[in-house]
Amino acid sequence: MTTHTFKPSLPPPPMSVGPAAWIRANLFSNWFNSLLTFLAIYLIWILIPPVIKWAFIDADWNGTSRDACTSGGACWVFIKVRFSQFMYGFYPEHLRWRVDLTVLLAIAGSIPLFLKAMPKKLPYGLAFGLIYPIVAWVLLFGGMFGLAEVQTSQWGGLMLTLVIATVGIGGAMPLGILLALGRRSHMPAVRVICVTFIEFWRGVPLITVLFMSSVMLPLFLPEQMSFDKLLRALIAVMLFEAAYIAEVVRGGLQAIPKGQYEAAGAMGLGYWRMMGLVILPQALKLVIPGIVNTFIALFKDTSLVIIIGLFDLFNSIHQATVDPAWLGYATEGYVFAALVFWIFCFGMSRYSMHIERKLDRGHKR
Amino acid sequence: MHNTTGVKPSSGSMLTDPKARALLFQVLSVCTVVGIGWYLFHNTQTNLAQRGITSGFGFLNNTAGFGILQSLIEFSPTDTYGRVFFIGLLNTLLVSVLGIFFATVIGFIIGIARLSPNWLISRLAAVYIEIFRNIPPLLQIFFWYFAVLRAMPGPRDSFALSDVFFLNIRGLYVPEPTATPAFWAFALALLLALGGAWELARRARSLKITTGQEFPVFFSSLALLVILPGLSILVFGKPFTWTLPELRGFNFVGGMVIIPELFAITLALTIYTAAFIAETVRSGIQSVSHGQTEAARSLGLRPKHMLRLVIIPQAMRVIIPPLTSQYLNLVKNSSLAAAIGYPDLVSLFAGTVLNQTGQAIETIAITMSVYLAISLTISFLMNIYNKRIALIER
Repeated sequence: MTTHTFKPSLPPPPMSVGPAAWIRANLFSNWFNSLLTFLAIYLIWILIPPVIKWAFIDADWNGTSRDACTSGGACWVFIKVRFSQFMYGFYPEHLRWRVDLTVLLAIAGSIPLFLKAMPKKLPYGLAFGLIYPIVAWVLLFGGMFGLAEVQTSQWGGLMLTLVIATVGIGGAMPLGILLALGRRSHMPAVRVICVTFIEFWRGVPLITVLFMSSVMLPLFLPEQMSFDKLLRALIAVMLFEAAYIAEVVRGGLQAIPKGQYEAAGAMGLGYWRMMGLVILPQALKLVIPGIVNTFIALFKDTSLVIIIGLFDLFNSIHQATVDPAWLGYATEGYVFAALVFWIFCFGMSRYSMHIERKLDRGHKR
Repeated sequence: MHNTTGVKPSSGSMLTDPKARALLFQVLSVCTVVGIGWYLFHNTQTNLAQRGITSGFGFLNNTAGFGILQSLIEFSPTDTYGRVFFIGLLNTLLVSVLGIFFATVIGFIIGIARLSPNWLISRLAAVYIEIFRNIPPLLQIFFWYFAVLRAMPGPRDSFALSDVFFLNIRGLYVPEPTATPAFWAFALALLLALGGAWELARRARSLKITTGQEFPVFFSSLALLVILPGLSILVFGKPFTWTLPELRGFNFVGGMVIIPELFAITLALTIYTAAFIAETVRSGIQSVSHGQTEAARSLGLRPKHMLRLVIIPQAMRVIIPPLTSQYLNLVKNSSLAAAIGYPDLVSLFAGTVLNQTGQAIETIAITMSVYLAISLTISFLMNIYNKRIALIER
């Protein structure tokens, strides 16, 4: 009996593996593709080197005034000198530890929510959501427990941007959920009220809402009731965002199969318990990516408070660029602002995509 | 409902009857809304009376008394606030239309580039999308306006493109067309050609359905569109004469100027919205399952027909609804123009007119209802369209 030995497998053709093959398949597969590749390389060549030269090679980093900016590139000294103002606004310098502490508490407090092994996430989350705003208010505003009072007119910079965005979304959540439930209600009057409310706020630009809050709100309320500027903006943002949250939550409610409603009804649960114990926990989990996206949109929209004269991150930077001491460095200022906004928004959008993928897996059969 | 025992079920209290409860709840919520409304109305009345402001829309007929940076229709400071409103509305619509047009073109190109098999091109498109959609539109407007266009040189040192276009601190100067008497002949020829092309397409379709024969619609329409207007130019002369911008002394004379405010806001909104449209287009095209492409190929369709008959119609069904909401966002974002002083509806009417007349409620209400009307109209049309193209399933 002859034994049969296989010949060793031949190596793949040299042009089908390795970097050369990859380049051929992805960049030069046909004449049109090659043309596009050269076009793209040309585009990168005219865009990237000048930007790197301006931002890094020719840039000035050290110094305390505009005299230090001599090399013709970006003047990052401007950002360095004004950095603390961009972060805290006019918050008194010796009290800024309170802002830092508030941020630290927020980070420390929300870490357990992202841990997989954490038991009883929901009660913890609810308790955190109820207690933290009070702590944050006491820390930021002060006026009690021996903390000196800091008026909201002194708040500013990135801190104010974060305050408006988080309070806006946090305040809009409960109202938004109620509106979403109302829009899906079987009671015609409730439905009409909710639909009108939602469509009204979604149909107008935020800028007109802010205008309204600053000129019309004082007219709507009794003489003795006067709000400060920040609170007025916050109310406007909350009402505005509630409509958007409502639409996101409605999407989640619609995605819950009818069987869940029927099963809850068959268990003898009433409306509120059905919603609170069965439907909303499932629906809200589904819409986390949508809520994060709404938050990103709001975070970008906070820059509009420049219209009513609040000094958020963007307005602080804009004011610094028109300061005579630093005239002519607008580009540096806007690039820095863009970078900060970009880091926040890009990070959050990645997070939202990650959640979306994670949820997706559970729902695919 | 069957009641086998013949005993009437106990009706219980009114509060346990779902119908009565629903009615009660609705009455309560309507009362709350009306109550809040009345409370606000009452406060407003007292406040207005205290400040001596008379409400009403009579102020629209008063003389405005200020100049406007840019108006599409004739305006002089002696015109009324009513006319100011129309100028603001037209300027808002101008930005919206320009923005929608350019953002659609750029967005579709980038969205398709994102799916390109060319690795470099698809990465570049991804970088564009991720950079521009994560930066607030207002910041982009300010960047283009304050850091770029306001930093342009004066008219004497303007950047020139072949002595036809000039860019300087006062804006972008472009040649201005003036209609000659031959313009109407040209317009008529163009209309005729368009009508002819449409009719041709209709005939070709019915020919294809009845006999299966193909008719070269594209080339014959193209020929029609070139020949008819071309003939009108040959017979009647040029439809336009172009006046070029020319530097005289310290400024340019002739030509049209696109003011930096308009330029900045159009540029920023185009770039910003295009990033979102690109994502919409990408996900729309990706939503057409691979099986569709394979099925089309196995039916023997050529790549051209595969795209036109199978992929694009299905992708458009997914793309159009989010696309419209991007358009709506662009219209709403055009109100950011107020921040750099472009005379749009918000900055003119809810800004200048409000400050001059003090009619806060009226001006804000009018401004808001304009945006509301635009939004509701577009979403109404969208719903009709959606119903028409929705998949009819078994």
